Amino acid sequence: MHTDTKVTGHSGQVQAGGHDVGHGHASDLAHHFENHYQQHEAGNLGMWMFLSTEVLFFGGMFGAYTVYRYKFEKVFEQASNILDPLLGGINTIILLFSSVTMALAVRSAQQGKGKAIVGWMAATIIFGLAFLGVKAFEWKHDFAIHVFPTQDFCWSYAREMHKTHQHPEYKPNAPAKFYEEDAKNPESKQGKLFFFLYFTMTGLHGLHMIIGFGIMAVIMVYAWNGYYTKNYFVPVESVGLYWHFVDLVWIFLYPLLYLLGAHLASH
Amino acid sequence: MSAHDHHEEMHPPAPVWMYVVNFLVLVVLTIVTYFVATKDLGAMSTPVALGIAVIKAGLVVLFFMHVFESGPLTKLTIFSSLFMVAVLCGFFLVDYSTRNLEVLPPEETAPVVEKSAKS
Repeated sequence: MHTDTKVTGHSGQVQAGGHDVGHGHASDLAHHFENHYQQHEAGNLGMWMFLSTEVLFFGGMFGAYTVYRYKFEKVFEQASNILDPLLGGINTIILLFSSVTMALAVRSAQQGKGKAIVGWMAATIIFGLAFLGVKAFEWKHDFAIHVFPTQDFCWSYAREMHKTHQHPEYKPNAPAKFYEEDAKNPESKQGKLFFFLYFTMTGLHGLHMIIGFGIMAVIMVYAWNGYYTKNYFVPVESVGLYWHFVDLVWIFLYPLLYLLGAHLASH
Repeated sequence: MSAHDHHEEMHPPAPVWMYVVNFLVLVVLTIVTYFVATKDLGAMSTPVALGIAVIKAGLVVLFFMHVFESGPLTKLTIFSSLFMVAVLCGFFLVDYSTRNLEVLPPEETAPVVEKSAKS
């Protein structure tokens, strides 16, 4: 890490006065590293260690999905059919755009171009917000047809609305007769389970994106002030890895949640 | 220490077209996976969808995340976390798919003394 804490330009050269006098190493190289490449590799490896824990974090949910899709395949396909794979696909492409802009931000860091980092990260955030916007639009419809898995969840109502291609306004409960139908049908609970997994996994994914925006904002401030050099840009690369990881999770969520039932009729 | 003296330099930035080409391939694969999913492929739907997802993920990991040019320790870290998830999901499936198997009727489980012993 940097040993001086001023958020000002680093030229990578030994600076007159202060900590760096007579030190014999560049100010953007920490004491315990031999060279910039080693410092960079160490930072990268540390970030990948963290991402491994994130893999396990989401992995648990993928494990739950594995079990319950295996047990309740038919109902899971029907439930997945209620989601819109076109919107999900558009979102996938939006997120891929954001991944490219993020990769180009890291590339700007490699070139030592601080202001360009800010520009590309801003673009990443904009694409990320677009993704969340589409998600909000999807979830608005999901709440209205009562697939959000709380007290007012109603499997038969949701299926009816989906089959008849209706987009009702949100009302706190579905008509009573649908709840009566659900009570007689054990498949309604299996459908609820799918949507529990859907909202938890995409919700957790969205939360990671929002956290990513926050981290990016902080990095952008440092980048604007010239804190990163060609030889030291580990935080920029780390945020890049984090954002690409978020993209990776979605690359798997999309086929598992949206495309599972895409081959079924009512779409 | 300086026993290994290969002082590696920071990798130069990859050309922009590398990112653009990867992006376009990823978009094409997304479109492919969408259209393939609308067809009923029976038991092959899941392997195909996951296969395409793995290819997309591979491109992101290798090129956007620079793992292609990273050291072996990074690759090992990634491999081991994916391996753990595979073990988790794999054994979940082994567990749940082998529950509630039909129990054999009594006559076939009783030891049959008359037959010659096969070790």
